[in-house]
Formats: sequence, structure tokens, C-alpha cells
Amino acid sequence: MASHDIEIRNLYKIFGPNGGAFIDQVKAGMSKSELNETHGHVLGLKDINIEMPGGGITVVMGLSGSGKSTLIRHINRLIEPTSGEVLYDGVDVCQMSPLELREFRRHKTAMVFQKFALLPHRTVLENTVYGLDIQGIPRSKSEEIGRRWIDRVGLSGFEGHYPNQLSGGMQQRVGLARALSNDADILLMDEAYSALDPLIRVDMQTVLLDIQQELKKTVVFITHDLDEALRLGDKIAILRDGEVIQQGSGQDIVLQPADDYISAFVKEVNRGRVIRLDTIMGPLTGTAEGLAMPGGTVLEAAARIMTDARQSSAVVTNDGGTPIGRVDLQQIIAAMVTPKSHEDKQIAAE
Amino acid sequence: MASTLCNYLPELMCKFPAIDGTTMRVARKSIDDSFKGFVRAYGNVIDAVTHPLQLFLNWLEALFVSTPWFVFLAVMVLIVYYASRNMRIVALTIIGMLFIGFVGLWEDTMVTLAIVTVSTLLAIIIGIPLGILMARSDRAQSIINPILDVMQTMPSFVYLIPVVMVFGIGKVPGVIAVVIYAVPPMIRLTNLGIRLVDREVLEAADAFGSSPRQKLINVQIPLALPTVMAGINQTIMMSLAMVVVASMIGVGGLGKNVLQAISNQFLTIGFLNGFALVAIAIIFDRASQAYGKRLQRHTEVVHG
Repeated sequence: MASHDIEIRNLYKIFGPNGGAFIDQVKAGMSKSELNETHGHVLGLKDINIEMPGGGITVVMGLSGSGKSTLIRHINRLIEPTSGEVLYDGVDVCQMSPLELREFRRHKTAMVFQKFALLPHRTVLENTVYGLDIQGIPRSKSEEIGRRWIDRVGLSGFEGHYPNQLSGGMQQRVGLARALSNDADILLMDEAYSALDPLIRVDMQTVLLDIQQELKKTVVFITHDLDEALRLGDKIAILRDGEVIQQGSGQDIVLQPADDYISAFVKEVNRGRVIRLDTIMGPLTGTAEGLAMPGGTVLEAAARIMTDARQSSAVVTNDGGTPIGRVDLQQIIAAMVTPKSHEDKQIAAE
Repeated sequence: MASTLCNYLPELMCKFPAIDGTTMRVARKSIDDSFKGFVRAYGNVIDAVTHPLQLFLNWLEALFVSTPWFVFLAVMVLIVYYASRNMRIVALTIIGMLFIGFVGLWEDTMVTLAIVTVSTLLAIIIGIPLGILMARSDRAQSIINPILDVMQTMPSFVYLIPVVMVFGIGKVPGVIAVVIYAVPPMIRLTNLGIRLVDREVLEAADAFGSSPRQKLINVQIPLALPTVMAGINQTIMMSLAMVVVASMIGVGGLGKNVLQAISNQFLTIGFLNGFALVAIAIIFDRASQAYGKRLQRHTEVVHG
């Protein structure tokens, strides 16, 4: 199945009984607090424009109240937008009739929830085939699919258990298996791992990355954890007070935080796991001999390889193996240390 | 105090300015007459509508009464066992029913059971759809709720009056009176159960593209079932209580005996019949509660 982009254009959401009435004022520049004080309406999302590449993981990051959960619910229209478009395959989800929307949700999207949202009266297997039940696929067929995904997320042997009998991590595996069974192109994950213990969270991130490598779904992942965002995201959008304040790759955000707010986040990040060799490498000088590493290697891994090999310098190659630059340990360490400018929370305008 | 105060006040402020007796009498008479006229005009229709109920009630009563006692007891024990899977409740059932038999109230009990069964079934058939309707529409809830308030607080003797005027005296009006009394908890608890279903689970159902009907059948009703079962339990209990009052309009069984005992000061008979009702009530209550609990098995096994 070919994956397609999701495009969000000029999306606004105003919460309140009469949100549509204030859209023009908000577009003209009324602030969130002004709208709340004078009209008692809450500005949920303001002029969101994001392209979510098909076949990749787009992470939307923000703290609570930033509107990230509101945003993901616009993609399958669990929340109606006040104005704007959500395009998939050239079709605006916001213009679909109730019937079209139902078909879209059944076949194109699947969702994983922060609090799992499993059906307590159904077993693991019955929960997994829930989406297929809704599509009208007979159990004889759906159970086979369900069992395959239960196995894939590592829950074999628990098919007959009830959600209450499982730990949080295992319940979320059921949530993931339920979403994957749908075989939908879009996978929406709303803070899917936020309720899990740190170790289990990392474990589940690995499960997702493994599966993603195979399936190449268009994943939209919501989180408040920058480390999680950097680990998973091919693309990251940072949301604050309902506005996108920066979007780009993990490296872009770590190296060029758009403002103080993001730099404050970024300074706690392990840069060695985000920045790639080809970002910091110098020009290829002299012969291209010695230790060679692909440009996509992250600094921490590169430093380990170089110290193990007792080399202080290495050649960086592109995907084809052609040398494109050179790095030494000095450069790597300098890049791994958080720059002074970020510590001082100054705007890093490099 | 008041009387002295009234010496100085105009009469209007001391005696409530009620509508005068003549007007009241005319109003009363015209309302009563028009109601009677309505009943007279539509008597055939009312009879036709309630006739199937009458037939069903007669059939069930005849079935209960004519079934040999040990067969009935065996069936009852089986039902209680399959509902509760609890030998203590089964033992309670046997002891209770044997007590009823020994004091000579078996046949009256069968009559009462028939009425309670029909009333409960009717209350469920009426109550669950109304509860679902209420849960789905705030408008319906705002209309039905005050009606239920009136039904629950109006003294039952009062609505026996129109019931008797419309349906006459006998078993069918008795059943109708019992249903009016017993249906509110069924409606309320169905509504409550559906409204209490976790919002997140409903959102998940929406996200997977459920139609409203699929949502109702796959999510809302199963998750509301424990509360609905509590409603059924309440309905049974209230039917049993109301059967006694309904004896005033010609319902037979244990209630009639109680009524006779009241008018004749038959202490022993009164209490024996009362205890028979209590025994049935406890059996039904324990069995239906245990069944409701069994439906929630999945919530009990918690991950340690």
C-alpha cells in the first residue's frame, strides 16, 4: 500500500458554544487570552500548517494544554475544526459526509490512546479484532489477523485474558495490535506511551520502530517528551498555546531551536543521540583512508566506534559508500556538549 | 399568637383566598365526567389493547399454579443456580420455598409470582428502550425525568384511581399499577449506566468508525449491563412491594391475604404472608445480584 501525505492547512479550532463567530477576529490577530477574557471562548489551535510525510513518523510535541491532542483528533475528525483543511489523498477530511467519514475512519485510520481505551468486557483477542468487527469482517477471518498482530507485539499466550489482568505496558500492546489489525495507512498515536514506565516506554518505542520499518505507515505520534520525539520522529512539530512554533527534523530542532522556549527543552537532550556525522563533518582532506562510517551515524555511536578502534579521526561516507568528509573526536565531543548559548537560554541564531 | 394577630389584619391575609366551593365543585365534576366519558368512549379500544396481556397473565398463572410443586421448585433451583452459580443461594431458595409450602401459601405464592414475572418483563421491555432514548438525547432526559419524579413520589393509592377508572378491577389493572410503580428505576438506571460509559472507550469506538448502532451494541449496552442489572433487581423488588397494594384493586395471591389480615387483625396470617413475600424477595434479590456480579467477572481479575 502506497503511503500518502497528510496536509493540514490553516487549521483553527475555537472551543466554546459559538466558536465560529470569532474566527475572523482571531485571524485578524486576537490573542488567546483576549478571546478568553472578552468572549469566554478558548483558542485551541491557531493557524496550523503541517505536512506529514507519508510513510514517515511525524511527532507533534508540546506540553499539556498546547493543543497537541486536539490537533491529532482533527486528522480523523473526532473534533470538528472551526476553520481550515485536513487533506489526505487530496480529500478534505473536514468536508466528508458522516458516511464518508465513517468509511475513512474504518479503512484509512487507526488510533492508539493514552489511556488504552480497551473494552473491559472483551478479551485481548476480541479487543484486537474490534476494528475488523466494525468493518464487518467475519470472526473466522479476523481472528487470524488478530492473532498475528498479538504475536507481533509480543502478547502470544494472552489472547484469552481480559485487559484488567494485564499491566499497563501489555494493555498498550493490545491497543497497538488493535490499531495495526485495521491495516490502515494512517496510524494516530495520542500520547500512546505517556502512561507507561520509562523502561517499558523505550521498549514500546522499539516495537513501533521495528514495525514501522516493515510497514511504512504514515504515523502521527503525540508526546510531551522531547527524547521520545527525537527518537521516533522523522519530522517533529513543536506546539505551544495552540501554535506551531517550530517544525523540522530532530537535528534541526536541537541545533537551531527557534526560540527560548525550545532551547530550554533542547538543553536537556542527549545531543549525541540526535546529531549525525554528516552534519558536523569537515571537508575531506588528504586521502580517504582509515576508519569509515556512514553519514547517518549519530555522534554517540561514532564516538564509541572510534574509541573502540583507537582512532581519533574517521572518514564519513554517503549512502553509496563514497567518502564525503572527515571528522575527528574533537569535533564530535564539541558537538555533543550543549553550547553555552543554549545554557544561557539565548536565542541560538547560528 | 396567630389568632391574636388576625384580630388586627384584614381577613384576606389570614384566611387563604381559596377558590370558592361552587367553582371547585363544577371543575371537579367536569374533569371527572370528561375522564369518565373518555373511558366510556374508548372502552372497547382499551379492552382490545389489554386483552393480550390478560391472556398472557392468565396463561402464566395457570401454568405456575398447575405445575406440580416439586417440578416448579426444581426449575426454580436450576434457574437460580445458573444465574448465581452459588450453592448458598440455591440452599436459600429451597429453604424459602419449602417454608412457603409448609405454611400453605404455595398456590397464593404462584399467583403472586406470575404477576411479578409479567410486571417485571413489562417493566424491562418498556424501561430499557426508554432508558436508551434518555441516554442518547438530553432533550428526552429533560422531558422524561420529571415524569419519573412524579411516578416515584405520587402515592400509589392515588394513581390506582385512574387505573381503576380506565381498566376496571382485576389482574390487568393490577399489573399496570405495578409496572407504573416499578418501571422508573429500570429507566433511570439504564440511562445512568449508558451515560457512565467511559468517554475514552466511546471515543475509541468512534475512531474505529463505529456507527451509532454498533456503538450501542458493542460498547454502551455491554458496559452499562451491570447498572442495568441493578435496575432489574430494583424493579423486581418494587414489583413485590406493589403487589400488596395492588391487591386493593383485585389482584389475588399473597397481597390479597395481607389485605384481609389488615382488615380483620389476623396477626399470624399477616406475618406469614409477609414473610413469604420477604422470602421470594430475598431469593430474587440474591440471585439477580449474583448474576449481575458474574457479568462483571472481567473487572474482578485485576493485574497484580
